[in-house]
Amino acid sequence: MLRAVAAAEQLAILALARADGVPSFAADGTLSTWEVLSQQLVTGLSNGMIIALIAIGYTMVYGIVELINFAHGDLCMLGAFFALTAVGALGMDAWGGAGGTLGLVALLAATAVFCGSLNWTVNRLAYRPLRKASKLSLLVAAIGASFVLVNLGLFWGGMPMEVFSGGNSAAAPKAFPALVEPKPAFTVGDVIVSRPDVLVLCVTLPLMAGLTWLVRFTKLGKAMRAVAQNPTAAALMGIDVERVIGASFFIGGSLGGFAAVVYSIYNQTVGFQMGYRMGMDAFIAAVLGGIGNLPGAVLGGLLIGLVRAMSDGYIEARWTNSVVFGILILILVFRPSGLLGAKLREKV
Amino acid sequence: MSAARRNPLVPWLGIAALAAWPLVEPYLPAWMHLGEPLTEVFVYAILGLGLNILTGFTGLLNLGVAAFAAIGAYTYSIATCEIYPFQLGFWPGLAVTAAAGALAGFLLGAPTLRVRGDYLAIVTLGFGEIVKDVLVNLDTITKGTQGINPVPPPSLLGTALEARGQYWLLLAFVVATFAGARALERSRVGRAWISIREDELASRAMGIRPDHAKMLAFAACASLAALSGALLVSRLSSSGEPSNYGFELSIVALCIIIVGGIGSVRGTLLGAVVMVGMNSIVLVRLSEALNSSGADAVQAGEPPAGIGAVWHFLRTWVQNVFLSPTNWKFLLFGLALILMMIFRPQGILPPLAVHEDPPEDEPGAPGAGQGARP
Repeated sequence: MLRAVAAAEQLAILALARADGVPSFAADGTLSTWEVLSQQLVTGLSNGMIIALIAIGYTMVYGIVELINFAHGDLCMLGAFFALTAVGALGMDAWGGAGGTLGLVALLAATAVFCGSLNWTVNRLAYRPLRKASKLSLLVAAIGASFVLVNLGLFWGGMPMEVFSGGNSAAAPKAFPALVEPKPAFTVGDVIVSRPDVLVLCVTLPLMAGLTWLVRFTKLGKAMRAVAQNPTAAALMGIDVERVIGASFFIGGSLGGFAAVVYSIYNQTVGFQMGYRMGMDAFIAAVLGGIGNLPGAVLGGLLIGLVRAMSDGYIEARWTNSVVFGILILILVFRPSGLLGAKLREKV
Repeated sequence: MSAARRNPLVPWLGIAALAAWPLVEPYLPAWMHLGEPLTEVFVYAILGLGLNILTGFTGLLNLGVAAFAAIGAYTYSIATCEIYPFQLGFWPGLAVTAAAGALAGFLLGAPTLRVRGDYLAIVTLGFGEIVKDVLVNLDTITKGTQGINPVPPPSLLGTALEARGQYWLLLAFVVATFAGARALERSRVGRAWISIREDELASRAMGIRPDHAKMLAFAACASLAALSGALLVSRLSSSGEPSNYGFELSIVALCIIIVGGIGSVRGTLLGAVVMVGMNSIVLVRLSEALNSSGADAVQAGEPPAGIGAVWHFLRTWVQNVFLSPTNWKFLLFGLALILMMIFRPQGILPPLAVHEDPPEDEPGAPGAGQGARP
């Protein structure tokens, strides 16, 4: 009984920490060092899995068109807004039981299709005309696309709906309803694994497995690998390169859509500027693992999630972004191919 | 070549017109009072000219130029503000700022010489974020989000300048920076920068030391950006908060050189006029017009039913966000970047001397897969 109370207390702290984004594991003696560490590990791994899912979107696109798709994080932001709109319009936070679960699955699928289509459209409108241009022109166009999507998010936030607080302050962060309540699912020893943590695993692991299967064993996957290796040769072999590129953007975007829903449920706030942070974390994860490398993106995502959690818990939350960017700079300067990446191919 | 090259009078006429503007302005109707926004254009033009050296001439994409502006702004504030022990004047403060900027440029440039292309862009972006975070977090020194104030205004021969004097002083700075950038472009080091942009391997073979030249480009860019930061601060008499020097400012600077013509000195000036003009003249004037017409007053009352509800929903939505022109800012920046890249990557006023034989259309360039060969 006492344990349960203590666990509930821990969880309340955890929920509080998530709500304002600053974990506050105060050294007030309620939690032992080991408990704090392991709880941070759980949070870090869960966030890391979400980051990994977004990072896959970066790494797939980079592997195929050598573009840092700067707009990817903002795409996820729009996915979160889409999900919030659907939740608000259908009153999904009141659905319980089986209906709630089914609704959540439908929400994930709808957001994935939305983000995938949006990413496909961005590629079609902004990147495809630049296929022959230099890499830097493409990057600049991607930054432009990112700004356009951010602005669309700002417009969206002004929608006069209950979930957007009437749309009166479009720029303010919005609360995302706890579709999966932050209750403990089970405990391992003293460590509480909450239901959102389980949700993260249930969504991310099958997607990663499915993607691995797609890339390794399907015709489309084979075409994607061929285009990544050499688009000219792939085209000569009869592969429709543009179709494969479009498919990669769709798949990468839809993974971002899944990630957006899970992220929103896990962190419970969304805002039009969240895409920058999400995108940077994921991009850093992709670079850390070796950009263009799918397992590398997952490894990088987990590492970045852990680093963030550790930095939040043991350094200070306000320095976390600097720590993560510092890691990025160190990797790019000293090992630009990342942890699992192949040797850098660039000649000049 | 272009008209500006053929007619040497054009730039002098431009300078004369700009210099005469404050004298004419009082006789013009209120909506034509552009002295204040023009002063802002000048500050951004200096920032753009600095970025143009690194990104335009040398071809190193810098997404963190705001960090240099921030370093300049805070160096100047700390060197001159009365709450710190240094309390230098305006001119010594500027000298310290330019030196600190150059040092910061070296510090970022040295370790990143081996980082190339889009990776360098990301490193500079990370540098910008770290500088901003450090400024926020070291609030005992930087006063955090409050900003450092009061910072002394620009002065000349011991007298503080009012708005009109600041306008002329900044105009003089822009003219000097412009002339300096043009001279640099034609100088030995400037030609080295351009050759590195076109082909680093070939320029190395011609005896140019790329590392050397790139470090100089970093230092020159950082120094000018720092100067623009200091001028901005001295005009506003406060350093403002660190988030003013974030990614958005870097992108504004990038937009300035891309819209104007990347690598083009006069294009950068035009870019500053277009981008800052859009931001602080057109959008601001539109906002004022909409506010005074009362168009964005949110109506109260019971929402109607049926088709009226849809109408009411859309109306409220439009009133919430779409009527405020400042809410369109990111969209304008983003579209400017995308459309310029697709339809006119060389910018409105491309560089004069370079690109007489355009380097694009290499026969058989296989696009993205080019780097795949060992």
